[in-house]
Amino acid sequence: MSKDEHLLSTLATNEYDYGFTTNIEMELAPKGLNEDTIRYISEKKNEPEWMLEWRLKAFKHFLQMSMPDWQNFPMPEIDFQGISYFAAPKKNQLKSLDEVDPELLDTFNKLGIPLEEQKLLSGVAVDAVFDSVSVATTFREKLAEQGIIFCSFGEAVQNHPELVKKYLGTVVPQTDNVFAALNAAVFSDGSFAYIPKGVRCPMELSTYFRINSQNTGQFERTLLVADEGSYVSYLEGCTAPMRDENQLHAAVVELIALDNAEIKYSTVQNWYPGDKEGKGGIYNFVTKRGICKGKNSKISWTQVETGSAITWKYPSVILKGDNSVGEFYSVALTRNKQLADTGTKMIHLGKNTRSRIISKGISAGNSHNSYRGQVSIHASAPGSRNFTQCDSLLIGDRCGAHTFPYIENRNSSSVIEHEATTSKIAEDQIFYLNQRGIDTEKAVALIVNGYASEVLNKLPMEFAVEARKLLAVSLDGSVG
Amino acid sequence: MLKIKNLQAKVDDKEILKGIDLEIKAGEIHAIMGPNGSGKSTLASVLAGNPGFEITGGEALFEGKDLLDLAPEERAREGLFLAFQYPVEIPGVSNMTFLKTALEEIRTHKGLPPLSAKEFMQLLKQKQELVELKTSLVNRSVNEGFSGGEKKRNEILQLAMLEPKLAILDETDSGLDIDALRVVAAGVNKLRSEQNAFLVITHYQRLLDYIVPDVVHILFEGRIVKSGSKDLALQLEEKGYDWLREEVVGG
Ligand SMILES: Nc1ncnc2c1ncn2[C@@H]1O[C@H](COP(=O)(O)OP(=O)(O)OP(=O)(O)O)[C@@H](O)[C@H]1O
Ligand SMILES: [Mg+2]
Repeated sequence: MSKDEHLLSTLATNEYDYGFTTNIEMELAPKGLNEDTIRYISEKKNEPEWMLEWRLKAFKHFLQMSMPDWQNFPMPEIDFQGISYFAAPKKNQLKSLDEVDPELLDTFNKLGIPLEEQKLLSGVAVDAVFDSVSVATTFREKLAEQGIIFCSFGEAVQNHPELVKKYLGTVVPQTDNVFAALNAAVFSDGSFAYIPKGVRCPMELSTYFRINSQNTGQFERTLLVADEGSYVSYLEGCTAPMRDENQLHAAVVELIALDNAEIKYSTVQNWYPGDKEGKGGIYNFVTKRGICKGKNSKISWTQVETGSAITWKYPSVILKGDNSVGEFYSVALTRNKQLADTGTKMIHLGKNTRSRIISKGISAGNSHNSYRGQVSIHASAPGSRNFTQCDSLLIGDRCGAHTFPYIENRNSSSVIEHEATTSKIAEDQIFYLNQRGIDTEKAVALIVNGYASEVLNKLPMEFAVEARKLLAVSLDGSVG
Repeated sequence: MLKIKNLQAKVDDKEILKGIDLEIKAGEIHAIMGPNGSGKSTLASVLAGNPGFEITGGEALFEGKDLLDLAPEERAREGLFLAFQYPVEIPGVSNMTFLKTALEEIRTHKGLPPLSAKEFMQLLKQKQELVELKTSLVNRSVNEGFSGGEKKRNEILQLAMLEPKLAILDETDSGLDIDALRVVAAGVNKLRSEQNAFLVITHYQRLLDYIVPDVVHILFEGRIVKSGSKDLALQLEEKGYDWLREEVVGG
């Protein structure tokens, strides 16, 4: 066996840890997408008229829009009529965790999110979205004492309509792209958080997304507003069962940071990636954007992307407030036949704004991994700076890494720096670790973790540990 | 402990080891000297299982086991350690994580439970003192940005942590300042016992003043052409390799 083959065979194709399904009675919308579908969803959620109107408007846009064609992979055929746009566990209207179907709780336990336990021990407030509905939000009362609102999107529409109306669609307009329009029309649930002026959110807020039902899509929406001088750290995790057909996930996340506010948004994305022949897996078409609306505000995206058959996402920051800061830290690992086209946009509008992009791509198997980043410094943004470091690591010689930077600087006092590297795991590094008793699989995992550590270190502690494990497992031939 | 018979190896169709015979017993220290390019590092690499070399003949038994049949990590777990002539850098992986992972693998192989975090730290501290390696280095990424001498000391720290049966030191002395040389040699002397053995590759008799070998071998163009007591090293220091060349070519 050649050295390359040897290396490759050690990290071919692991199984997916989260591929089980939950047998639970579901309420499903009939397949298909038309105005009636949207009315059905809105009615199920008992929404006010304005919300329905907003959805219907988005649907009109959706019908006018076409699929994007600029990404570095052929766009798959997506049959929008073959999807059911709403799926909910039958027991609904949950007031507390005790009312949650035990089978569902068991699912979350399998995913490593013991809600009960977390409620007591960890100090992480969790909102869990199962298919289309949000099933439990822990710690709500405790957060409420400080005026923090953390609830499902549906509840926010009911209980905080003024906030939702004020911010919804202001960062990601309905017309942004076809998936954003679709989401605006059919979004089922998601999370909402509002941190009042001057409040430092005392715990990580966290949402876990889970697609369970067959032939459904997941279209959640997250809206986070950090009022003046507040701080919040938010984590999102996602998994799905193994299924032979592809499932669509088209989410929208909007972040708003007012004067002196800071939002740290971390994602560990582990949707089902499909099998080694490329069958099945989630199509992940996601629009995430934040606006540093106020002066001295900061938005930081950290993402660890290991799942999905296709990942198409560009968490971005609009740096509107003077002296605001945008950051994007990303690890994207692809293997087998996974495709990822991911990166960020940093739009500098305010004076002395700064942005930093650290992207670490890891490609193995027959996968293709593209970084696509736009840095745009407008004339209105003197004294601004961007630093971009974009690294690609190749494992084997059948995969591809690609970089597409778009740089635009309309300001002589502003500076954009871009560095890019492509490397392979060196044989002598593997041998060195082997010589210390570490087998090749573990050696590769260790090297990859090291390579990604600059990004992993940005994650909140306990999630960094999880992410490291996930990277190791994703590269493993056998699942632990 | 180690028994090598007629070992031959090549790389890219170039024959480098042309039949090595060597036997090392527990408790012994052997030194290998020889001109640049004679095959010393190749021998070390082949024993450690570097897949870049092809074995074309001969055999090697380690503690009775067929060494050449084992994967590199299995040889390591069985107790064979190589302190590299050129230790590689592994960016982003902390020395600590690396040591802990390695130690766990080796302990598991021995049927020992993993050390608790506290026990591990205690052991590390103790071994660190032995090689006088600064704590800041232990916390950094493996060899990344280390000076040449720091890398060599780090190799000895690993040796001390993993406690192998047979340690091969490939020019661990080159690049060390005089003080570091003493520290490393003292470390090795503290680690040596009746149960383990060392194979020390060096160009300089100076190291052998500190680590006193039982046998000195001279490797020349892929063969061990002479073996003797530590006086052989003195002889080399004095006369260089030319007389040997004549002797070998002549004979
Ligand atoms: N990967 C390789 N490809 C080609 N030639 C190699 C390779 N590795 C070693 N060699 C050659 O094999 C010979 C022996 O090399 P080796 O490194 O074993 O020598 P050495 O005795 O350790 O020398 P030094 O004292 O300089 O460390 C040299 O001629 C070297 O160029
Ligand atoms: Mg050498």
